[in-house]
Amino acid sequence: MNIIVVMKQTFDTEEKVSIQNGQIVEDGVEFIINPYDEYAIEEAIKLKEEFGGEVTVMTVGPSRAENALRTALAMGADKAVIVDDEELFGDEYTISKALAHVIKDRDYDIILTGNTSVDNGAGQVGPRLAEELGIAHVATITKLSIEGAVATLVRDVEGDTETVDVKLPLLVTAQQGLNEPRYPSLPGIMKAKKKPMERLSADDLELDPETIKAKTAIVEQYLPPKKEAGRVLSGELQDQVKELVQLLRNEAKVI
Amino acid sequence: MDKSFLDELRQGVRAVCGDFPDAYWRELDEKRAYPEDFVNALTAAGFLGALIPEEYGGSGLGITESSVILEEINRSGGNAGACHAQMYTMGTLLRHGSEQQKQRYLRKIADGSLRLQAFGVTEPNTGTDTTQLKTTAVRKGDKYIVNGQKVFISRTEYSDLMLLLVRTTPLDQVKKRTEGLSVLLVDLREAVGNGLTIKPIRTMMNHATTELFIEDLEVPVENLIGEEGKGFSYILDGMNAERILIAAECIGDGRWFIERAVGYANQRVVFKRPIGENQGIQFPISRAHVNLEAADLMRFRAAELFDAGQKCGAEANMAKLLAADASWEAANVTLQTHGGYGFAEEYDVERKFRETRLYQVAPISTNLILSYVAEHVLGLPRSY
Ligand SMILES: Cc1cc2nc3c(=O)[nH]c(=O)nc-3n(C[C@H](O)[C@H](O)[C@H](O)COP(=O)(O)OP(=O)(O)OC[C@H]3O[C@@H](n4cnc5c(N)ncnc54)[C@H](O)[C@@H]3O)c2cc1C
Repeated sequence: MNIIVVMKQTFDTEEKVSIQNGQIVEDGVEFIINPYDEYAIEEAIKLKEEFGGEVTVMTVGPSRAENALRTALAMGADKAVIVDDEELFGDEYTISKALAHVIKDRDYDIILTGNTSVDNGAGQVGPRLAEELGIAHVATITKLSIEGAVATLVRDVEGDTETVDVKLPLLVTAQQGLNEPRYPSLPGIMKAKKKPMERLSADDLELDPETIKAKTAIVEQYLPPKKEAGRVLSGELQDQVKELVQLLRNEAKVI
Repeated sequence: MDKSFLDELRQGVRAVCGDFPDAYWRELDEKRAYPEDFVNALTAAGFLGALIPEEYGGSGLGITESSVILEEINRSGGNAGACHAQMYTMGTLLRHGSEQQKQRYLRKIADGSLRLQAFGVTEPNTGTDTTQLKTTAVRKGDKYIVNGQKVFISRTEYSDLMLLLVRTTPLDQVKKRTEGLSVLLVDLREAVGNGLTIKPIRTMMNHATTELFIEDLEVPVENLIGEEGKGFSYILDGMNAERILIAAECIGDGRWFIERAVGYANQRVVFKRPIGENQGIQFPISRAHVNLEAADLMRFRAAELFDAGQKCGAEANMAKLLAADASWEAANVTLQTHGGYGFAEEYDVERKFRETRLYQVAPISTNLILSYVAEHVLGLPRSY
C-alpha cells in the first residue's frame, strides 16, 4: 500500500506567541509537528504495519520544517519530500496546488493529513488537495479500517459520529482520538538519518508560482486583549440577582 | 559532533519525558516508589541501549550522545538516577566479558527484557577505600561461594542482574592491593533468598538504594567477568564514562533550576515589581548560569576525547566536579529565589534540590576528584 502523509511544522503549543511589527516572532521558538498531523503519521505507519508498503511524508515549508519530517521518519515513515521554495508558501490555496503537483504523478492508495493546523486553523489543505487530485475525502476521522479497496471510516461530526464506506484512493483528515502517536525510538532516529529527503522547488515541479498566487492576505495580526479581572457581586442574594440581570442587560448586553 | 542529530535526540527524549510531568515525580517521591512506567517507556523507545553496539542490538552511540539522553531526563524535571545504570553498567561486560556472555546478555539488556542496573562496590567498613573491601568469593569446583556485605547499592530491587566486586585473593597474598579483586555477574532473580538478602535504605531522596547481606551465595564460575583478580582495573576503566554521564545529569538539573528561577523571578511581584528586577535576585542566577555553561564545555570536551578514544581521565573528573558544583549552586539559588515557596513540595524545587545534592557524594565524592587532580594532573603526592 502506498501511503502519503501531508504534514506541517507548527509552533509548540506551549510557546507564548509574541508579535513585533505585525509579524509573529519566531526566534528561539520550539517547533513541533502539528498535533493533528501526528495522528495522521501514526495511522499511516499502522497501515504500513498491517498491509506493507511505503509511507511518504511531505510538507511545504522552510528548511527548518525538515526537522518535523525527520521526526516522522524516526517514527517509521520511509521517505520525505519538502517543498522549501518560498515562492510557494502562500495560503491554503497555493499550498494545496503545490502539493497536488508533487503528488499527481506518484502512486498512492490513501493520503492522510491533520484535520486542521493548530497555528492557522483553516482546515482547508486536506479537502482542497483532494479536490485538486479529483479523489474523495473524509474529514475528522476517529477510526479507519481498510478491507480490499474499501475504507470504513468513523468520523466525528460535532460530538456525534458517522460511519462511511469509501473506495480508495482517498484522502482523510485526522481528528483527535484516532490513535495515540508513538514516540520516535532511538533506533528509529538512527535509521531516519539514512532515509531519503527530497527537496523540491517550483522549478523542479515545473510550476509557475505566478499562476497559483495566494488568494488571501493577512492584513493585520494582533494578540487577544488581556483578560480583565472578574467581578464578584456581594450583598443580599436578592440584590445580587437584580444587579446581575442589570449587568447582563446593560453592560454585557447578552440578554 | 553532529549538532542536528543531538537536537533530534534531545527532542526524542523530551517527547518521552513530556508524558511524565512534575506531578508524576512528585508523587513517586512522596510514595518512595520506583518510576516503573517512565523506565518502561524510555526502555521501549530504546534510549537505554544507546551505548550497546549495533551488533548486540543497541544503537552503538558514543558517550556524547548518551550523555545528552541523561541530561534531558534531568532537565525535564525527572531523575535519570532511576535507570542510568542500565545504560552503562554493561560496559564492564562489553569490554571484558566473553563472547558467550555478551551474546547471552547484551541483546536482552539492549531491548530491556533484562535489567542490569545494579553495581555492588561500596561496603560499610571500607567506603571510598575500595581495594580494602571485605566481601570474599572462594572458588569451590564450578562455583564461587560469596560472603560479605555491601551498602548503598542502588536499584537491586529493580534489576535482574548485578555486577558485584569481590575479593578472590586475600590482601596478604597479592603484590598490589589493586590485585585480587574480581567482578561477578549475579543473577538477582536466583540469588535473593538463596544467600542474598536485600534491605532498602531510606534516604533523603527517592533513590531505591539498598543494603546487601551475602551469606554463602553461590555464583557459577561461568559468571566471572574477564580474568580472576583483575576486577579493580575493569571497574576503573568504566569510571570515565560514568563521570561524564553523571556530569551531564548535573547539567540537566542545572538547566531545570535556572529555567525555574528565571521564570519565578519574572513572575513573582513583591514591592510592586517582579523580584527579578532586583540585582540581588538576578546576579546569583546569572552567576549560576555562567558556571553551568562553563561546566557544560568541560563535559563536552571530556566526551569528545572519550569518543575519540583518547585519554580523558582529567577532563572527565573535572567535568564531574564542575557540573556537580554548578548544579548545586543553581539549586541553592533557585531555592532562594523562590523564598518560602521553594520549600513547598508543589514547586518541585525542594525535591530537585535534594536530588542534585547527591552528586557531591555519589557515585564519587568531590574530595576524591580533587585528590585525583592533585596526584595525576599536578604531580602532588598521593593523599589517600
Ligand atoms: C543514594 C546513594 C546511592 C549509591 N549507589 C551506589 C551503588 O549503586 N553502588 C555502589 O557501589 N555505591 C553506591 N553508593 C555509595 C557511594 O559511592 C559512596 O557513598 C561514596 O563513594 C562515598 O563512600 P562512603 O559513603 O563510604 O564515604 P567515606 O568513604 O566514609 O567518606 C566520607 C567522607 O570523607 C571523604 N574522604 C574519605 N577519604 C578521604 C581522603 N583520603 N581525603 C579526603 N577526603 C576523604 C569522602 O570524600 C567523604 O566526603 C551510593 C551512595 C548513595 C548515597
